[in-house]
Amino acid sequence: MGRYLLKRLLIAIPTLIAISMVIYLVLALAPGDPLSGLASNPSIPPEIRESIRQSLGLNQPIHTRYVKWAIAFFTGNMGYSFASAVPVSQLIWQRLPTTLWVVGLAYIFSILIAFPLGILSALKRYTLTDQIATTVAFAGFSIPPFFTGLLFIILFSVKLGWFPSIYNSTLVVNSVPSLIAQAKQSIMPIAVLTLFQTAVLMRYIRAAVIEQLSADYVRTAYAKGLSSSQVIFRHILRNALIPVVTLIALDIPAVFTGALITEQVFRIPGIGSLLIDAINRSDTPVVMSITFIYAILIVLFNLVADVLYGVLDPRIRYQ
Amino acid sequence: MRLPPKALSFLTTALLSTTLFAACNPDTATMTESADSSTSSELKLLYWQSPTTLNPHLSNGIKDQEAASIVYEPLAAYDAEENLIPILAAEIPSKSNGGISKDSTSVTWKLRDGIVWSDGEPFTAQDVVATYDFITDPATGATSSEFYGEIASVEAVDDLTVKVSFKQPTGATLSPFIGGSGMIIPAHIFKDYIGANARSAPGNTKPVGTNAFQIREFRPGDTIIYEPNPYFRGDPSTFTTVELKGGGDAVSAARAVLQTQEADYAWNIQAEPSVIQELEASSSGRMEYVFKPMMERIYINFSDPNKEVDGQISQKDTPHPFLSEKPVRRAIGLAIDRETIVELLYGKAGTVATNFLVAPEKYASRSTSYEFNLEKAAALLEDAGWKDTNNNGVRDKDGIEMNILFSSSVNPVRQKTQEIIKQNLEDIGMSVELQSVEPGVYFGDPTNPDSVYQFKSDLQLFAFDSETPEPDSYMELYACDQIAQKENQWSKENSSRYCNPEYDVLLTQLKQETSAEKRKDLFIQMNNLLIDDVALIPLVRRSDAYAISDSLNNLEFTPWAASTWKLNSWGRQ
Repeated sequence: MGRYLLKRLLIAIPTLIAISMVIYLVLALAPGDPLSGLASNPSIPPEIRESIRQSLGLNQPIHTRYVKWAIAFFTGNMGYSFASAVPVSQLIWQRLPTTLWVVGLAYIFSILIAFPLGILSALKRYTLTDQIATTVAFAGFSIPPFFTGLLFIILFSVKLGWFPSIYNSTLVVNSVPSLIAQAKQSIMPIAVLTLFQTAVLMRYIRAAVIEQLSADYVRTAYAKGLSSSQVIFRHILRNALIPVVTLIALDIPAVFTGALITEQVFRIPGIGSLLIDAINRSDTPVVMSITFIYAILIVLFNLVADVLYGVLDPRIRYQ
Repeated sequence: MRLPPKALSFLTTALLSTTLFAACNPDTATMTESADSSTSSELKLLYWQSPTTLNPHLSNGIKDQEAASIVYEPLAAYDAEENLIPILAAEIPSKSNGGISKDSTSVTWKLRDGIVWSDGEPFTAQDVVATYDFITDPATGATSSEFYGEIASVEAVDDLTVKVSFKQPTGATLSPFIGGSGMIIPAHIFKDYIGANARSAPGNTKPVGTNAFQIREFRPGDTIIYEPNPYFRGDPSTFTTVELKGGGDAVSAARAVLQTQEADYAWNIQAEPSVIQELEASSSGRMEYVFKPMMERIYINFSDPNKEVDGQISQKDTPHPFLSEKPVRRAIGLAIDRETIVELLYGKAGTVATNFLVAPEKYASRSTSYEFNLEKAAALLEDAGWKDTNNNGVRDKDGIEMNILFSSSVNPVRQKTQEIIKQNLEDIGMSVELQSVEPGVYFGDPTNPDSVYQFKSDLQLFAFDSETPEPDSYMELYACDQIAQKENQWSKENSSRYCNPEYDVLLTQLKQETSAEKRKDLFIQMNNLLIDDVALIPLVRRSDAYAISDSLNNLEFTPWAASTWKLNSWGRQ
């Protein structure tokens, strides 16, 4: 196992270097300009743009810029944002808690809801319960989050006035009223995201459980006189969860990058909105850092998923 | 149903990894108290474009100046009536009080006594000098440097006197250190950050200013929280906290002010008139429009974009096959229904423009007019020999078809404007193909073939802001030596490749003229020349639209500075 881990980690290094090169190249070659923020102000003369471009180091060739960036990144320095002259790491740390709170909570909720619902609708296949759960899942899956988000805002903020449509990231939770305020402003975005993710997860869990239901070992388990709860929890679930756990493990990096559109709709200052803004402004250092951290997390959680396989399924052994 | 222990432990481990996120949840470390947000002493501003720097001279756009102007102040600023109001200056220099030298080559500013920066340091003439050094060092890459090019030197005569000397006599002696581009930054904070390291100055995110507020917290691209500056000279604001929240989109920002009342003020609402009307109806707020020196116009390509000469298209000495003919340009001007564009797409936020120089009022020509007349336009083309000889529905002459490529930046209002104009021009027998380019590319790097400076199309549509009430640099837009070409890496602004020696003569005169009356005549004369020659087609004069809660009062805006320039006098009813 130790050897296996070491091997995987060593393979990860060239993979990540290749990924970073590709991302950097794509960003450098993409049309767009860090000075596009000046677009709203076209009266800034081109020669001033040129001197700004030089002050950002954009006049150097791509490979020089890449090597400089790579050395800095691996020494923990993600550089400065073009747009705000603030270290990229500071920007990410500022946004991370909000993203983890909203997107992370939404993910936990969807797991908590999707598991019982998915198992239930698999066991009670083609009954009314299953039909309802499946319909809700399809609705949640097919309506895009930005649309549900807007619907929620119009209904709960404009018409009913229950929840704020603007997320206040500077709220400190240190008292009961502030906790209520925090809950109120989180409900809508979390609900929108939960609805979508629950739908995806539920369908997976349902399919995984159904697949196991007709397996031989299940029949054997029943035949030897186990109660149905024992069969479900001890036998079916354990096998059914293997693909689901992989799915969840691979989804966790996505929690880090936030919810791109939902964050925009509710003005949540998370990593997702930072990424979108940075892309719009061609703020290469920020885009590069977020996408590359995402790549690292993906590689890492891929490994975690593989290790989890071994834990869940004793038949899988790594050499 | 009893859970077997094995299954239970498994479920917990499966969930454990995700529950960990809950442990490091909401931002508790660096937060500020705002739970009692309903108290009237908090002012909430909503900016759908979020400020990313608090240094007005490194700003990427007006949004950053808006945020910076709550902290910093210029020496003086123009109000809505175009009067110069002293702010950090004790008085406005003039020839009569000796502030402006007889030969108009220098101006001496007396600074107000007793002003203190928000960290307790005194404000002196050295700060003005440092601001000048910061802006004009080319390595700084300051976005406001275009207003400081005519200056020869800035020196501190004593602690409260600054002398600005110009390279030559000028009529615009009072342009530097004025309004949004003239905010004074402290010498003691920025002295080590003039030049290449300007962008890493700590003062860019934790500014020390002289205005009524200072920064409590700045989250770039998200929220800025201001608190009163303890050293502010004047009456403190009625607000103890100002929160500027950025991000989102314009329509939902307007909705948050007008309908849900989550914010008191939303800046620069660009939305279609029908949407605004719907939000304004039965709302608890109002819209206010401040007309800017900003005008949406059509740029005409005087050179041929389809012929490559010396490795470049739109080479200045290659005339456009039909747009170089004045009757054709006049016909296009007559054919465009500017009124419909304003009515449908701008509403109260725009007016029909007929001038190149739309503001200030004193320099705006009154002799120009607007006419929409398709028959007259068609007759002009007919007379000039542009007829549809091959019956393909498009006018032609000597084998050249009137095919027009019309480009603009990606922006819903501009695309709709393009549609209307396409319709208009097709009505007089031209064939129009529309193109829209991503703004980052269109207004970005001039060496990109799709940028406005290279002018790959025949007509292009975008706005330009003359910014200052003494628009000398704006007039250079159509100077022969400003033509964007390969030789200068397209780093000049005359993208139309328009060159008229008569105009250049007037421009030279303007640069040397110091008499206010003669300057005025020159501005109007130059404007009329461009309009008469149809060097461009003005479409819409634009305004900034602000959504304001009914509970706010004492708001004062000016086209010549950020909307927040008098924020400290805002109050609540």
